[in-house]
Amino acid sequence: MANTIQVEIVSAKEIIFSGVAEMVYAPAVLGEVGVAPGHTPLISPLKAGEVRLDIGNKEEEFFFITGGILEVQPHVVTVLSDAAIRADDLNEAAAIEAKQRAEAALADQQSEFDIAKARAEIAIAAAQIAAIQKLRKR
Amino acid sequence: MAGGKEIKTKITSVQNTQKITKAMEMVAASKMRRAQDQMFATRPYAQKIATVVSHIANAHSEYKHPFLIERKLKRAGVIAISTDRGLCGGLNTNLFKKALGKIAELDDQNVEIEVVTFGSKALSFFKRIGAKVTAEASHLGDRPEMSAVIGPVQAMLSSYVKGEIDAIFLVGNAFVNTMTQDPVVTQLVPVVPSVKSELSHHWDYIYEPDAKEVLDHVLERYIESLVYQGVVENVACEMAARMLAMKNATDNAGDMISELQLIYNRERQASITQEISEIVGGAAAV
Repeated sequence: MANTIQVEIVSAKEIIFSGVAEMVYAPAVLGEVGVAPGHTPLISPLKAGEVRLDIGNKEEEFFFITGGILEVQPHVVTVLSDAAIRADDLNEAAAIEAKQRAEAALADQQSEFDIAKARAEIAIAAAQIAAIQKLRKR
Repeated sequence: MAGGKEIKTKITSVQNTQKITKAMEMVAASKMRRAQDQMFATRPYAQKIATVVSHIANAHSEYKHPFLIERKLKRAGVIAISTDRGLCGGLNTNLFKKALGKIAELDDQNVEIEVVTFGSKALSFFKRIGAKVTAEASHLGDRPEMSAVIGPVQAMLSSYVKGEIDAIFLVGNAFVNTMTQDPVVTQLVPVVPSVKSELSHHWDYIYEPDAKEVLDHVLERYIESLVYQGVVENVACEMAARMLAMKNATDNAGDMISELQLIYNRERQASITQEISEIVGGAAAV
């Protein structure tokens, strides 16, 4: 087995990936960076895009992130994602529908509780739509 | 039988109250489980970003970010996290006591205070004591979103950057276990780094694009994540405290019902005894 490096990908909501890889590619703001084991300490914001891991045996893992932070220490790479969602989890139609549903709920104002919930739903839907559109532009 | 009917009505009304508190207890219990899950799910991010920030603080960078520099304390910001609704025991009261303690301490040093609140209870409390509330967010629901936290935090951070305030404190509840929730005060800015001995050698990051931009980005996320973690933790605290308060209320209602039932039975027995003795007395007279 070749040289490997520990990789941790976490979002504000969960641990996305934790394991070892031979190479990590991440969409830094100045362009994609590739990180091999033993890389010098590096820190950079990430833009929306794909984090790609070579996990050996020609196998790869993909993660979609809408932005975040990349930190490289010689022995560990940390990707702090703002909202990391697995790329195939995205479903634009569902996101738009959720947003409409939430907006409808806002229109007929029932109770304070419903409004708070509806607002939260709108926020999620809006973020997902933005993410999908960014993904399409690429 | 005097008062029998009144006692019966009273028992029914207490029983109805008990049904409500019992229902609230069960709702809070199930919500607490979810809130706890969310709290544990958001923890890794908070821990990772804290590690990154401690690395940054230990790096020998030429650029010193304002969030890492200690200034003379003249004005301070307080971020207070409370619940939106009551009926959760002493949770908010204890929190406000803690916050008042901190404010009094700052007041002694002639430090002026401004407040950012999360949750409508904190908003109404700080309004009532006449504090300067600069931003607020309430009704975040049982599953608060990161996006709801960003606005108010940004408001406070920008006044720190402008030099209007010299430190930011976070007052929130820490979830110890279902029985215990502790109000805690933490200093957010200037960031208090943990010193790591293994990083004491002279080293620095490669910053892309440059140190200022990167640190701005990272430290902002860090503060936001701390506040978000506080908000999420507070939901778990709220549910746990409510569950406990409602359990106590249900138990008390049960005690009250059995006491009332005892009085009712005694009353009933007394009236029967009286009736019998009247009949016996009547028969003897004949």
